[in-house]
Amino acid sequence: MIALLLSVALAGTIEDARGQSVAVSAPQRIVSLGGGVTELVYALGAGDRVVAVDASSTHPAETEPLRTLGYHRQVSAEGVLSLSPDLVIATTDAGPPVVLEQLERAGVPLVVLDASPGLPALEGRIDMLSALLDVPERGVSLREELSESVARIAPDTAPRVMFIYARGGGTLNVSGSGTAAAEMIALAGATNAVEGYEGYRPLTAESVVMAAPDVLLLTEGGLASLGGQAGLLEQPGLSQTPAGRAGRIVVMDDLLLLGFGPRTGLAAVVLSGALQESGE
Amino acid sequence: MISRPVLLVVLAALAVAAGLAGLCLGAMPVPVAAVPGSLWGWLGGTLPEGVSPQHASVVMAIRAPRVALGLLVGAGLSVAGALMQGLFRNPLADPGLIGVSSGAALAAAGVIVLGGGGLPLWALPAAAFGGGVGVTLLVLRLSKGDGGVSIETMLLAGIALNALAGAGTGVLVAMSDDAQLRSLTFWTLGSLGGARWEVLAWVSPLLVAPLLAAPWLAAPLDALLLGDDEAYHLGVEVERLKRRVIALAALAVGAAVAFTGMIGFVGLVVPHLVRLLAGPSHRTVLPGSALLGGALLTGADLLARTATAPAELPIGVVTTLLGGPFFLGLLARRRR
Repeated sequence: MIALLLSVALAGTIEDARGQSVAVSAPQRIVSLGGGVTELVYALGAGDRVVAVDASSTHPAETEPLRTLGYHRQVSAEGVLSLSPDLVIATTDAGPPVVLEQLERAGVPLVVLDASPGLPALEGRIDMLSALLDVPERGVSLREELSESVARIAPDTAPRVMFIYARGGGTLNVSGSGTAAAEMIALAGATNAVEGYEGYRPLTAESVVMAAPDVLLLTEGGLASLGGQAGLLEQPGLSQTPAGRAGRIVVMDDLLLLGFGPRTGLAAVVLSGALQESGE
Repeated sequence: MISRPVLLVVLAALAVAAGLAGLCLGAMPVPVAAVPGSLWGWLGGTLPEGVSPQHASVVMAIRAPRVALGLLVGAGLSVAGALMQGLFRNPLADPGLIGVSSGAALAAAGVIVLGGGGLPLWALPAAAFGGGVGVTLLVLRLSKGDGGVSIETMLLAGIALNALAGAGTGVLVAMSDDAQLRSLTFWTLGSLGGARWEVLAWVSPLLVAPLLAAPWLAAPLDALLLGDDEAYHLGVEVERLKRRVIALAALAVGAAVAFTGMIGFVGLVVPHLVRLLAGPSHRTVLPGSALLGGALLTGADLLARTATAPAELPIGVVTTLLGGPFFLGLLARRRR
């Protein structure tokens, strides 16, 4: 961190996730692509300098009128240019790559942040954004808040949690390792009930029963797409799990749970609390 | 019916108008007066007063290659459609029949789902082009018997290979994560957003070659309208004609799909519109389709990038929303 600040002070540029150096200035017209990074920009106090965000930037509420850029993997070069931004903040998830290249060629400063879930990557994003936006002290306090929250989590038990990504009935996508959900479960001091593969997979009824989760974790949007708790437990296999039998279901806001933005510490505390409560 | 010269002049004017509109309009307000200045600057001159470098870069680095790609891809898809309809003597034929689109989609899905993040920008178009042309060659190979290429077998082989490629894509979809799935979905809806001069340098030869070669097939295709045997007696080498039509269509559609994803509807409907306007002779249908297809796609792209600015609509959605009702209207008028 100190080394990073030093290198910023010395060189006036920082190296982003692509290994490209981006000049540090005080941007006044920011375009932010990605829910997590947009939240960070606002948390760092630069929200009043944001001119447009993508469709996934649903928090905080001030972004609502600025949510004009569509899906962040399908950005329009001229659309972004028409807002004459002096900084475009994207993540490794944003695209298409050709459009990012066009933006750079048109002379728009572009920074690409590592989108991976997990605390180290989040801390990297906080450091880089606070340097870029020239608010290093806000970055430091945000990181302190984060580590304080995480340090507070000391659960008595580590329940087996299964995160279900649902978009309507039929297929349940269940998180393996390496996902934002798996990282959050670990941060909350719990165990991911499903190991053995990376990313999401549709799980069959039998393997859901085999995984025997103590708690089911869903996003609010996911649970709603299944028609609420009753609809969820109608999905094959789920009612035969310890979680299903006892009705232990924890639901959280999509971006809060999976966004790995500034509220990650809060999300971990909330999740940990909810998991303990549901276990009692 | 409109006479051939009138139709071609009108359609050429339409294509030029669509191209100019595409240069002058967009998400970013650029004064029309800045457009010629931008061109002058791009050609190496100094930018005239009042033309900012940013305007010039939007016009020449973003809009101009997009307009050029739209004209070429629209022309290529439409001529390929006209060629296929002529060969199959079936108004419902489109290049999808011989597996170009499904092969390209399978290869594109492979790159998106299995490729990971580190692949170079050209990996997806290269794979899609290879997949499209590869499946078509396979269809052609399977339909070759003792008596030459059988159109009927080709149709059936195309259906079977389309289904197989679709199943392969389905497997990849099942393996994909949320983000990959969305990328794939957007790819199947098409976009001209990837247009750059480097892309045009690659795609132009692949599209211009079939466009220039197609008119040579107009007379034999007209003869083929009468039937295989009749065409043979008129001196048409039917087997060679079939192979050439397939090769040109696969080349044009393969190249178009590779760089813009799947843009539905254009290849099927544009030749029909030309036929409704000026009759079925391929001497009119082929060049007419090229001009109208280019104009339609460029116009559709203009809508796609301005209707929801600063975001963009997938162009496949726009071509269908624009062309569908128009085509239905023409059909209704003809029935009356």
